[in-house]
Amino acid sequence: MDKNYPYQWQPARVRAEFFRLLPISLFVVAFGAAFGLAAVQEGLTPLQTLLMSVTVFAGASQFAAVDMWGTEVSLIPLLAVVFAINSRHLLMGASLYPVLRELPPGKRYGVLLLLTDANWAVAAQDYQNGRKNLEVIVGGGAVLWLAWVIGTGLGVYFGGLLKDPQALGLDMVLGCFLLAMALGGKKSPRTLVAWVVASVAALAAWRWLPPNIHVVVGALAGGVVGFFWLEPRQGGQPREEQEAP
Amino acid sequence: MSIETTPAGILVIIALMAVVTLATRYGGAFVMSFVRISPRIESFINAMASSVLIAIIVPMAFSGDAGALAALATTAIIMLGTRRPLPAIAAGILVAALVRLGVG
Repeated sequence: MDKNYPYQWQPARVRAEFFRLLPISLFVVAFGAAFGLAAVQEGLTPLQTLLMSVTVFAGASQFAAVDMWGTEVSLIPLLAVVFAINSRHLLMGASLYPVLRELPPGKRYGVLLLLTDANWAVAAQDYQNGRKNLEVIVGGGAVLWLAWVIGTGLGVYFGGLLKDPQALGLDMVLGCFLLAMALGGKKSPRTLVAWVVASVAALAAWRWLPPNIHVVVGALAGGVVGFFWLEPRQGGQPREEQEAP
Repeated sequence: MSIETTPAGILVIIALMAVVTLATRYGGAFVMSFVRISPRIESFINAMASSVLIAIIVPMAFSGDAGALAALATTAIIMLGTRRPLPAIAAGILVAALVRLGVG
């Protein structure tokens, strides 16, 4: 084992995490189908739409992008929107760094290729509970990516099947999933204060700042609470390593 | 700067979207590799991590319709009661669909 990179990668766990996120991925298929339909309605060809889902793999930003489609696309505003919506990845990647740094850089950035909301939420929750779980980023990411691509294909070719995903409540899948993850984590007084600060900041940013940056504003505001309010040895690695058999 | 949505133009747009998105996936970890992780920084990271979820959900609840609110409330109650995510999520979606069926 490399001393500098002590993370013990478990291939079997990658497979387990693939199946753990399979149920939520079924909902992602429906989301993908809604995207595929929206994209071909805006004039993208099926292949272009699939290519976008395969390479971008970030639903909300893809919806926003095809929303701005026309015979011409203003590139800078489009990329700015894509960046703003996806800037939450910056914080997600940073939040996993204490674990990621235990992997060699090549593998580290390979793992991050598949980083998205749902698998990150599981990894972050596990880390708060003292478990290092990067396998979920890869295994869970793979099933989420597959679901997103398959869903896009279904929407492109059989879009009429799912005209109104909202009526079925499918737009709430991610929100409910993330909420369940948040409530499943460890809750200390510090976390609750961070949440209140984050909520207020996110709402204020959502109302008064340019669109699509409220997530980053809220999360950073919550982080500031942690910066000034340290908890003695909570969720850190040293304790976990002592407890490990 | 505008790009025409010709086949070649669209390929360029998709490629740039992919690059920008990848940069967001890589950027956070890349920047952190230059930061010494003191207990204070780690505390910041941990508080930020749990706040990301809240910062996504709360504006979603405020901007959502009755169905969205009912879905989130249902998920919260079942999750806090049972600590089992899948039933909580499924019930949330079901309630959203039912509320919208009733309202619409």
